[in-house]
Amino acid sequence: MSIIRSVSSSAGGAVVALEHVTKRYGDADAPAVDDLSLTIPAGEICVLVGPSGCGKTTTMKMINRLIEPTGGRITIDGVDVMSLPAVELRRRIGYVIQQVGLFPHLTIADNVAVVPRLLRWSGTRIRERVDELLELVGLDPAAYRGRYPAALSGGERQRVGVARALAADPPVMLMDEPFGAVDPIRRDRLQNEFLRLQSRVRKTIVFVTHDVDEAIKMADRIAILQRGGILAQYDSPDAILANPASPFVERFVGADRGLKRLSLARVRDLELIEPVIVREGELRAEARARLAARDGIDYALLVDDRERPLGWIDAGDLAGEGPVPAEAATPGAPTVEPESTLRDALSAMLGSSVQLGVVVDERERVIGLVSVDAVGEALRAPVRAADGTLRPVGESATG
Amino acid sequence: MDDQPFFRPEWIGDNLDVIGLRLWEHVQMTAIAVGVGLLVSFALALLIRRVPALYGPIIGISGTLYAIPSLALFALLVPVTGLSLVTAEIALVSYTLLILVRNIVAGLRGVSADIVEAATGMGLTERQRLLRIELPIALPVIIAGLRIATVTTIGLVTVTALIGRGGLGYLIINTGINRFFPTSIYTGVALAVALAVLADLALLGLQRLLTPWARARSASV
Repeated sequence: MSIIRSVSSSAGGAVVALEHVTKRYGDADAPAVDDLSLTIPAGEICVLVGPSGCGKTTTMKMINRLIEPTGGRITIDGVDVMSLPAVELRRRIGYVIQQVGLFPHLTIADNVAVVPRLLRWSGTRIRERVDELLELVGLDPAAYRGRYPAALSGGERQRVGVARALAADPPVMLMDEPFGAVDPIRRDRLQNEFLRLQSRVRKTIVFVTHDVDEAIKMADRIAILQRGGILAQYDSPDAILANPASPFVERFVGADRGLKRLSLARVRDLELIEPVIVREGELRAEARARLAARDGIDYALLVDDRERPLGWIDAGDLAGEGPVPAEAATPGAPTVEPESTLRDALSAMLGSSVQLGVVVDERERVIGLVSVDAVGEALRAPVRAADGTLRPVGESATG
Repeated sequence: MDDQPFFRPEWIGDNLDVIGLRLWEHVQMTAIAVGVGLLVSFALALLIRRVPALYGPIIGISGTLYAIPSLALFALLVPVTGLSLVTAEIALVSYTLLILVRNIVAGLRGVSADIVEAATGMGLTERQRLLRIELPIALPVIIAGLRIATVTTIGLVTVTALIGRGGLGYLIINTGINRFFPTSIYTGVALAVALAVLADLALLGLQRLLTPWARARSASV
């Protein structure tokens, strides 16, 4: 068991490199994929995205040679894929397709065990690996091992498909619209589960989708392809949204690309504003003085004895003498967490009167404030591209 | 002869050994015909899988064979192969081809494209894909064809009594119709029908046994 555990936890993908790869069907004039070069670092998710006919699926299938390139070279950790027999190559690359393609006549355990059997693993090793993988994808092995695919829901089948692709611990996985056949709510959950899984297994993943939102969510890097298999842009999601390389990319990512960037950043990425805190029961005069001492802030935040926010309070509310009662606050301060996306934070702030968000920790204690302005500033800050350089927003990567 | 009873059960008791022999002959002739038919059909179906253009011609030829009346087929074959078991089996086998080839091809073609793609993408060889994935998935359709072919053959075997074979057909035609002896006819017919029903049920049982997943599918719907 310990050996297998160490195999599955052996974080690590392989570098996948495409060098001037071209695919031409028959004697058609226009190639399906045209002189495509890109390098996918080990352990990253690269999403190939583009309109239909852009050659994204063709590109992916050339990596495991379901389609043979007509020109160029594809290497995995430096090894040319054409130098291996195709079936051997494919056994080392996990493969997940949209319809999952589970074998209906095999039980879940036997489906997951297909590649290990081809590799002639021992029976004990296969059994242990199957149980381990089913647990990894959140299916109870005792309940699912002996079932047939027909008895599973769409989401469960999808998870088995992922477990099956991971069975022989391949360094590279190819995923062709893996969540395309699942309804939107389940898709979101499967995507999150998959990202958690990937943070543990760290495979190099080539992921094909036509859905730009899915690409932004899943990708470390996005390769946007346009018709004819031409690489329009290859960069981090944030860099693509901030600086689309061409009018095509700009149209493809959508007019709301600013809002989409907000989904990529989190409240913890912002510099928080320090609030003026007034404790319930504090003397009004002291509170007034502290509020007056701060420039640019007209509201203090009233908190209870556990530092949980009660609401906003202004100089007028603090007039007079005596302690500040809890009722003095105007309730309705929206709370956000450090893990909230800027999109959610902005949405919460726009809905409240003061347009400030209260950032709270897991015990609901105040740790700072965010403002609509700060979110806007974050969008205007220079963006780190996949190559590590910082570039101002709005400047095209290719000039 | 005219005053003999319509049905004489004691004849059955007196001739159990002959009846048993004919029944056994019937089973053998059916098994050979369906067995050889299955082998030939498999070969043809695999040929079609490789060269899909052959589907039309092969189905056309087996369809023509199927359409030739059995008497006419015997008339054509007897000058070549004589009044032999070979003559009977050639005819019987050729009648199974249309059904079997069509069902094997339909079964293999019924395996959905994404399953084939998943199998190929996971690194199964062409042969492994056929044996481990496509044939098992095609099995219900193939066995459905086998059931029809078997029941049809059990009926057709009786006709080969005309060339001196026939299994239970011997009881129906030679001792029955030719000698105006109804008891023999009924015995032969009843046993042939019983044999067909039993063979059909046995194959159905075999299919259930070999494809438990097919029931999981219908149960889940």
